[in-house]
Formats: sequence, structure tokens, C-alpha cells
Amino acid sequence: MSAQDNHAAHGHDDHHGHDDGPHSTFSGYMIGFFLSIILTAIPFAVVMGDVFENRTTTVAVIAFFAVVQIIVHMVYFLHMNGKVEGGWTLMSTIFTLVFVAVTLAGTLWVMYHMNTNMMPGHNHNPAAVTQQQPAADQGHTNH
Amino acid sequence: MSNHNTLAGATGTRDYFLKEEPHVENGTALGFWLYLMSDCLIFAALFATYGALGRNYAGGAGGAELFDLSLVAINTALLLLSSITFGFAMLAKQKGSVKGTVVWLIITGLFGAGFLGVELYEFHHLIHVGAGPQSSAAMSAFFALVGTHGLHVTFGLVWLVVLLLQIGKHGLTRENNRRLMCLSMFWHFLDVVWIGVFSFVYLMGVL
Repeated sequence: MSAQDNHAAHGHDDHHGHDDGPHSTFSGYMIGFFLSIILTAIPFAVVMGDVFENRTTTVAVIAFFAVVQIIVHMVYFLHMNGKVEGGWTLMSTIFTLVFVAVTLAGTLWVMYHMNTNMMPGHNHNPAAVTQQQPAADQGHTNH
Repeated sequence: MSNHNTLAGATGTRDYFLKEEPHVENGTALGFWLYLMSDCLIFAALFATYGALGRNYAGGAGGAELFDLSLVAINTALLLLSSITFGFAMLAKQKGSVKGTVVWLIITGLFGAGFLGVELYEFHHLIHVGAGPQSSAAMSAFFALVGTHGLHVTFGLVWLVVLLLQIGKHGLTRENNRRLMCLSMFWHFLDVVWIGVFSFVYLMGVL
């Protein structure tokens, strides 16, 4: 009964599945799920097992797997592609990504310089301390 | 315009130009997507705040001592599992199975509740050891970011329960299918945000 009603309600346009969202498939969800497990397990293992000596390498690995996993979720769970909604979802997503990049990069860049240039006495950031000129580092030892 | 009026007056007929505005098919999905993208901007601001303040412990304990990664791994697994079970609910909905949809939604809700339980336990533990939101800038930023995500999950659960009642009462009607689609986008979106949280806050925080 509800299926019949559903179909009748769609009568005014030719597209089936109106307002139901994109068609999902079992294999799509499973591919996304298994990729996510792998992409989550690797960064956790890297951090918990102390795989890399270098902190920067570890951070880069974590960031890389996070970006890949976000893309996997977008494609397999949120069904993102260039065709949905005539490409408008993709356009709004790109806009958001640009905005997010500006917000994150801009904030971190500005605050990092505020820390290094204006608060030499209260610097708890080891990376910032090593970047400072020895003269500006008034009597503070590197951590 | 005046020309048109005289013409219509002369012939005694009225012309109406009630053409529908062009609109995208399935506009709810696009609108809800735009909401999620604006929500994304809120999280971007909170992530930026944590990025700027996340190391300022005010002399207290740092992330390496405070965060329990095995707890975070459990939480990540719970949220990931709830994402796939929501996928199964959507597949059951596509087949038109009310029972299948309801059962998978309930399982999703249980995983979500488990996630919240673990998170609340973690918050309680942090406050108990003196690392509450008032203790330092880093912990303020931490509670703001992770707490906002937790609040989203909470409201997702409320939505889930309400939708379960609606489906139980009316079945898989067109309206309920639309709500299901929106909630599934919301739920998967929260999982995407959590990827950022566990990578940026916890994994990088303990380094």
C-alpha cells in the first residue's frame, strides 16, 4: 500500500526515487567499511607502536590517512560524485573545503607567529622554540 | 508591458505566465547537504581553535598523559560500526522492509549510545583528574571540539528515536524515507568529523 502510494506521489515527474537519495549498494558499503578499518588501524598502530622516531613523519602519516579516509567516507557512505544534484553538492563541498583550508591554515599560521614573536617568555611549543633566534630566546632552554 | 495589456484587453483574454521556477530534483538532499557544509565550518573553527591552543596546558598534564588511545580506538570502532549498520538500514529501506530498517536503526542507535557512553566516561575521568574545561586553554579547546561532536551525536540519537517512532506508526512513507536519507547523511557526516577528531586531537595530541 505504501509502495503504491509512493509511486503515485511521484507521478508529477519522470524520475523514480525522488527525494530518496542516491541508490546505495551492499558492495559499496562493504568496500567503504573495510577501507575505513584499514585506514583507521594503520595510524593507530603507527602511534601506539611508536613506529617512527621522527615526530614530523608520524604527523604526516596520520594526516595522510585521515584525508584518504575522509575521501573514502565521502564516496562510499555519503555517495559523493560529480553527478548528484547536477554537481551542486560537489560545488558546495569544494567551496567548504576552500573555506576550511583558509580557516585552519590562516589561524595556525597567524597564531604560530603570535606565539613566536610576541610571547617569548611563555613558549610551550618546542617546535617554536627551536625556530627562534638565539638572541630572542632569553635564557630559556630548549625543551 | 503596456503593449501586452492592450493586447490582452483587445482580445478579452488574460494571459498568465505561471511558469515554475527551475528547481533541482530532490531539493531536500541538496538543502540538507548545504546545512552539513555549514556545520563543517563550525567544526573548522573549533579545529582551528584547538590547533592554536591545543598545547597550552598551563603547566598541567599534557595529551600524552591524559588521553587513553585504546579508549579512543574503541570509540572509533563503535562509530564506524554504527555507520555501516546505518548503511544496512538504508539497504533494508530500499527493499521496502520496515522490520529490517527498524532493526538496523536500533542497532545503529545502540552503537551510537555506546560511543556516547565511552565519551562521557572519558570526560568524567578527565574532570576527575583535574583536567576539566576550566583547567587550561588546551582543555577548553578540547572539550569545546569533542563536546560539540558529542552533542551532534546526542541529537542524532534523539532524531533516530523519533524517526523510529514515526516509522513504527506510519511505515516507510515518502516523508519517512526523506527523513531517513537526511539522518543517514547526518550520521555519516559525524563519522567524517570524528576522523578529524581522532587524527588531529588524539593521535597527534599524544605525540
